[in-house]
Amino acid sequence: MKVLLIQLAHARSGDKGDTGNVGLIARRPDYYPIIRKYVTADAVKQHFAGICLGKVERFEMPNLSALNFLLHESLGGGGTVSLKNDAQGKTLSSALLRMEIEILEQLSLK
Amino acid sequence: MFADLRSSAFICDLIVMKDKIRIASGQGFWGDLLTAPIDQVSKGPIDYMMMDYLAEVTMSIMQKQKMKDPSLGYAKDLVPLMETILPTIMQKNISVITNGGGVNPEGCRDAIFRAARKLGIRGLKIGVVLGDTLLGRLDELASKNIELRNMESGEKLDQVRDRIVSANVYFGARPIVEALRQGAQIVITGRTTDTALTYAPMIYEFGWGWNDWNKLAVGVVAGHILECGGQATGGNFSADWKSVPDLAHIGFPIAEAYPNGEIIITKHEHTGGMVSVQTVSEQLMYEIGDPTNYITPECIADFTTIQLEQIGKDRVKLSGVKGKPNTEFYKVSMSYADGYTAVGTLTYAWPDALEKAKAADQILRTRLSDLGLKFDEIRTEFLGLNSCHGPIAPMPDVINEVVLRVGVRGHDRNAVERFGQEIAPLILTGPPAVTGFAGGRPKPSEVIAYWPSLIPKTAVEPKVHVESV
Repeated sequence: MKVLLIQLAHARSGDKGDTGNVGLIARRPDYYPIIRKYVTADAVKQHFAGICLGKVERFEMPNLSALNFLLHESLGGGGTVSLKNDAQGKTLSSALLRMEIEILEQLSLK
Repeated sequence: MFADLRSSAFICDLIVMKDKIRIASGQGFWGDLLTAPIDQVSKGPIDYMMMDYLAEVTMSIMQKQKMKDPSLGYAKDLVPLMETILPTIMQKNISVITNGGGVNPEGCRDAIFRAARKLGIRGLKIGVVLGDTLLGRLDELASKNIELRNMESGEKLDQVRDRIVSANVYFGARPIVEALRQGAQIVITGRTTDTALTYAPMIYEFGWGWNDWNKLAVGVVAGHILECGGQATGGNFSADWKSVPDLAHIGFPIAEAYPNGEIIITKHEHTGGMVSVQTVSEQLMYEIGDPTNYITPECIADFTTIQLEQIGKDRVKLSGVKGKPNTEFYKVSMSYADGYTAVGTLTYAWPDALEKAKAADQILRTRLSDLGLKFDEIRTEFLGLNSCHGPIAPMPDVINEVVLRVGVRGHDRNAVERFGQEIAPLILTGPPAVTGFAGGRPKPSEVIAYWPSLIPKTAVEPKVHVESV
């Protein structure tokens, strides 16, 4: 089945220099294995094509049912250098949540 | 300087150790909700209030203010705020810890002392933490082979050395604890880690050892939760923002800390917002890198060990946090001047709003090119369509209006200024149904770029002065 990530997770994003961070948190602990399986660093890099010009790193945080992504070279230089309206990557979180994933598992989503 | 700290804190602990302390978050950044710290000291019991004012480039703004007027260079908002809350904090014996001293903690202290005298307050002790600025020491450090290379790019400092505006070490909790030990009720620091403002009072009150890594780490985690104010209590909450009650009167977070290292995140009763595992989790994920190595001057916290539990309404318990020994370095934050930017906007309405905005952008770029102006970057975004999600956002078929936003960056100030003069003419010499040019010509603003590096802890020494009015 196809699901939008926003159905499975919530997120917050911020900046460190030209790197954006997106914390992706499963809405329920049993969704964590699903996001861990399908929302890989490669999938996120592909989703952010044209925005993230560097590499994507992923860190697992099973204790919070969460994944932390670092999106390198994503903020137009960052800080006061950047000409972007969203120079601090505050909306990268919602940009990730509109990612669609095709999953093998059957879920009954509210 | 701090050799005797643990033993004296221990003696203190035998005599009057509190069974818990409540540390409140008052400001999450310079420009945050001005009523929040007033609510924190008046709407319920707290022992300490921390206020974070310093983002990465804030020190350079303050440095410029100090260059114009040597009595300035701190968060000016602090003075009228302290004037408002001083009677309450004196009456309730609440301590305030803030990094709002910026590049002039002593100037900030003097201004607060003046406010205290005006109110007839006697016996107020204020501590300042100094020694974080490296601006006058760069040559000396270079002669000692302390390179201050950019810790991200590895570049040498020489490239930007003559353009440096500010250079500061991030101190941790040690000098704050020292100021509290000397009796300061208000502690004003310059560059200090945001988290230290929260966990310093735990170390001071409970006599935690400087090698009790797990307790230090849980304090750091509480600090990370408090340092952005309302972002931990339902502000900017993506899981279900509509479920957050009364954001207009949002209560900022409070860390209720116990001597054994147990910490409960909560907020005052009868305030808006909420404290849940989800609101706290979102803040924990904010601006972190490798979660197993959250580095502070006192310890390295492992965010993958944090356990959260909802133990009551608006009460979330932190447990299980593991810490590791600290490193031999302090982080250094430097800023340097790196050219100019200007940004202009125009609004285009139906019909063909996007096509017209795109055409206007092309006309503007042609005129800039005809003038022979050179920029490092010209960036065009269409607000309402793609400035947030870029190419991820699907384009709607018909739009009512769109804001054309064009920004330029370059090292030639005249070119950047001239760009600002080329925006307005588009209203009478470009596509129709255009408006939104009330703010005047965009002015060049200086780019302050950021240079992070590391310095051996042995090369700097924090200084603490406590004085009373």
